[in-house]
Amino acid sequence: MATTSITVRETPLVCYLLRRADDALILGHRLSQWCGHAPTMEEEMALANMGLDLLGQARSLYTYAAEVEGQGRTEDDFAYLRGERSYGNLLLVEQPNGDFAQTMARQLFYSAFIDPYWRALMASPDATLSAIAAKAEKESAYHVRHCAEWLIRLGDGTAESHARAQAAVDGLWAFTGELFEVDEGEEGLIADGMVPDPGSLRAVWTATVTGVLAQATLIVPQNGWMQKGGREGRHSEHLGPLLTELQYLQRTFPGASW
Amino acid sequence: MADPAALREEVWRVAGAVTDPEIPVLSIADLGVLREVRVADGRVEVLITPTYSGCPAMTMIALEIELALAKAGLGPAVVKTVLAPAWTTDFMSEDGRRKLKDYGIAPPAKAAGRRALFGVEVVECPQCGSSDTAEIAPFGSTSCKSLWQCKACREPFDYFKCH
Repeated sequence: MATTSITVRETPLVCYLLRRADDALILGHRLSQWCGHAPTMEEEMALANMGLDLLGQARSLYTYAAEVEGQGRTEDDFAYLRGERSYGNLLLVEQPNGDFAQTMARQLFYSAFIDPYWRALMASPDATLSAIAAKAEKESAYHVRHCAEWLIRLGDGTAESHARAQAAVDGLWAFTGELFEVDEGEEGLIADGMVPDPGSLRAVWTATVTGVLAQATLIVPQNGWMQKGGREGRHSEHLGPLLTELQYLQRTFPGASW
Repeated sequence: MADPAALREEVWRVAGAVTDPEIPVLSIADLGVLREVRVADGRVEVLITPTYSGCPAMTMIALEIELALAKAGLGPAVVKTVLAPAWTTDFMSEDGRRKLKDYGIAPPAKAAGRRALFGVEVVECPQCGSSDTAEIAPFGSTSCKSLWQCKACREPFDYFKCH
């Protein structure tokens, strides 16, 4: 009988790759849930396109993780055969789509971070990491622009859209601190010059986000308390149901393939 | 075919003629997706690179290459995906740009850097040639395209985004 669950042989690099891949997969899946529900045809295509970019980034990272782990696994094993506690994605990306403002605020908080992050990662001496980053950064640049334009339109729109946009920003704010968190394993990779320190991008992120919020006539939340746990597999109640949907086929028919 | 150089050339010709399933007028040689052909001890290896991270055409392209080489008696070949150096629209050949335009898709501006990504202001209408055009939507029918409209002839058209 085919397996329904794997135990990853974790090294700092494998762990690092899986966390970044999980971010992209989960956020990409969230965006795919908009299919058929977007407010306009153009937006339908934009959300699907962004989701596809993220899925592609996840695939490259999972594939590389499989290579580094050296256990003969594939990208699919990591996506389908790990439970909630093994997923190391940010709490931010698993938050529900909510209304359109919530989806766009979530996208802005993530993209404003990952865009400069990919650019910094392009300098990695690891050729595969650098190549994945070089491709992803052009995609994330489009994402930043797109969600920023929307958030400005919503914030500086009607009283209703303004209130919803502010509520979205306020509601998601506590999940943004985790973007800059690193554990001991990642600290080692940073010290070796393999990957950039997310903390060094805080000023760039803050400048992008506060710039967009100001244009959107939205208030930057002053609440400094931040929720974390996603990187260690302690998730909000929203990840389980998402994985149930994402992994349904492999859980029902283990080992099924096309 | 005993001569490795001749075999390599033949594999390049046959594999390079495989077309992009989403833009059938462009071959993978035109696109710059075909990166390398290696021949060692009669074994054939073909290296391709994706245009976008999530390009769903890659699996199809790999399959088409295997089929084309098998049909030409040059297989079995191993098709591998490489990521470095990352594909940019500058890999597209002049011939590819011309074919794209004839097909009704505005070709990407040259020297795609980060500035070109957002600095593209003038995109010529592939139908009437007018520069009086405007972007309708930044994300189009595939990852690599955005949707534009010509204000002169009023026709909508796809623009192959700089990347």
